[in-house]
Amino acid sequence: MPYDCIVCVKQVPDTANVTASAMNEDGTVNRAALPAIFNPEDLHALEAALEVRDRYGGTVTAISMGPPKAAEVLRDCLYRGADRVILLTDRRAAASDTLATSYILSQAIRTLGRYDLVFCGRQAIDGDTAQVGPQCAEKLGIPQITYMEQMGELREGIVRVRRNIGHGWEVVECPLPVLITVIPAANQPRPPAAKRVMRYKRARAAAELAAQVKAEMPEAPEDLIAAEVQRRVEALRAEGLLIEQWDLDRIGADLSRCGMAGSPTKVFRIQSIVLKREGHVQVPPTEDGIRQLVRELVVDRILG
Amino acid sequence: MEPNREGEVWVLAEQEDGSLHDVALELCGKARQLADQLNVKVGAVLAGHRVRHLVDRLIAHGADRVYLVDDERLAHYQTGSYARVMCTLVEQHRPQIVMYGATPLGRDLAPRVASYLRAGMTADCTDLQISDVTEARTGKVHKNLLLQIRPAFGGNIIATIVNYDQWPQMATVREGVMPMLPADHSRKGTVVEAQVALTAADMPLRLMERHLEPRKVNLKGARVIVAGGGGIGSKENFRLLYELAGAIGGAVGASRAAVDSGYIGKEYQIGQTGTTVRPALYIAVGISGAVQHRAGMEESAKIIAINTDPQAPIFSIAHYGIVGDYKKVIPMMLRALKERK
Repeated sequence: MPYDCIVCVKQVPDTANVTASAMNEDGTVNRAALPAIFNPEDLHALEAALEVRDRYGGTVTAISMGPPKAAEVLRDCLYRGADRVILLTDRRAAASDTLATSYILSQAIRTLGRYDLVFCGRQAIDGDTAQVGPQCAEKLGIPQITYMEQMGELREGIVRVRRNIGHGWEVVECPLPVLITVIPAANQPRPPAAKRVMRYKRARAAAELAAQVKAEMPEAPEDLIAAEVQRRVEALRAEGLLIEQWDLDRIGADLSRCGMAGSPTKVFRIQSIVLKREGHVQVPPTEDGIRQLVRELVVDRILG
Repeated sequence: MEPNREGEVWVLAEQEDGSLHDVALELCGKARQLADQLNVKVGAVLAGHRVRHLVDRLIAHGADRVYLVDDERLAHYQTGSYARVMCTLVEQHRPQIVMYGATPLGRDLAPRVASYLRAGMTADCTDLQISDVTEARTGKVHKNLLLQIRPAFGGNIIATIVNYDQWPQMATVREGVMPMLPADHSRKGTVVEAQVALTAADMPLRLMERHLEPRKVNLKGARVIVAGGGGIGSKENFRLLYELAGAIGGAVGASRAAVDSGYIGKEYQIGQTGTTVRPALYIAVGISGAVQHRAGMEESAKIIAINTDPQAPIFSIAHYGIVGDYKKVIPMMLRALKERK
């Protein structure tokens, strides 16, 4: 029996590998200088969906919400085997917190209509909140299974999953449809397939084409740019290489629940972690130095 | 929901098979402090089956009211049934703050509840404070808001999050960062027996099998921790760290680099993705001090860093720095400790 899977993927700054070139003079991280990558756990979510399709048949649709540049991770989804990809992009969605983001994603999933399984990575490395998956499931009114570490059988509309519970694991069964969040232990993501890279490397979303045209013809009048974008969109569509692009109107979103307006949490203050040398007692690596240190710790009652 | 400034400060009393999770008691202590500032009561939500015996400990650690939901269908946690309990009680009693441990259970449950209530939710806080906040956009002053403080962006920034008007203010709080108050058995509190209507739709999951591993390592309770990093170089070399830990009555921990290199098991990992610790003394050996590691140990009372690289970031948070080879330095420490006795 075939199953239709949806995967939510995100493009994130590579916060795990902050190199010297991404550091500011004052010792803080220059976020704009970090490379944008496929959120690592979302690759495992994509792999889980592809494995369901390979085993039982069906489809894999990947959705990414973000700026036009997020189409990069959708191309990666195509390279790895996704059947359909959708870029969810709209300026009015900017500054959404997890509640607004999950509302928008759930509206997009509703717009797709029929589905059996939704896969998400457990969390994204820029925020590490792990909230969007469960919140999406609640908005869709379907059960959630978090921290999947092993996919089990799918039989007669019931999925069996082994989930990590921190100090052990449990195996649960749940009727479909269900939303599952995936941790890296679940699988080994497949690499992009060379044939698919050749086939899809020119795939673009309309918003990417618009940025391209504007960069090529900075002086051109608006209507000329619009006409050129339209020409390129149609050309790609004819080749089957146009990445679907949806905005908030397309998914029937209530604007009061999107972006800043739909986000109850507000960032009040941001403090950069400064990697600056502060004062500490230098202890020489000698018998005398160490003896003195131990003596001090005893006097301070730190060593008993 | 509209802000309810008379609302209580709530804690989810996470338990498993009738024993309370440490973080539940840590949160009771924090809730006590916040509630005293706000001049309101502390409520603890205790859901499960045959869990009444846990009420006294929650009160001794700071709760004024324990909302007890005892139902055999709550014997095992699942998102749907526990979310129904939380949403029902929050709608009835309108607390102003709800805290959960940032445990696998808390991080599964809290966002589901927040989504249903359309409330703000901040994950994995390392500190919570009460303060008046002026809204930058409107200039409006909001009295006594909950400042939800957490590392973000891979630990490169500390963000303070607030929730002006879609309450309750909800947060998960990292384990081990709030000190547990000593139990005060003379404290008085009340039990509120709560009934929550559960339906089959709240319990879609069937538990087939469960496997729990006993916690072998108790890093959170250690007074002294000797932690090794990638600079240790091999599994065998960790023996020296065990020797030092043994000599001063401490526990051994590790950075992610040491765990990823296979020198030591994952249960020893300290940092953003491991355990958060705040011992009296933390000895960082061969640890460079990536932000992810520092997030899990920088609250330690005293930090000694031993590293051959004088530029290692760990020195920026250390109280004592020893630039040198740990293979020479640790034996010196062992000798100095012996002399003392």
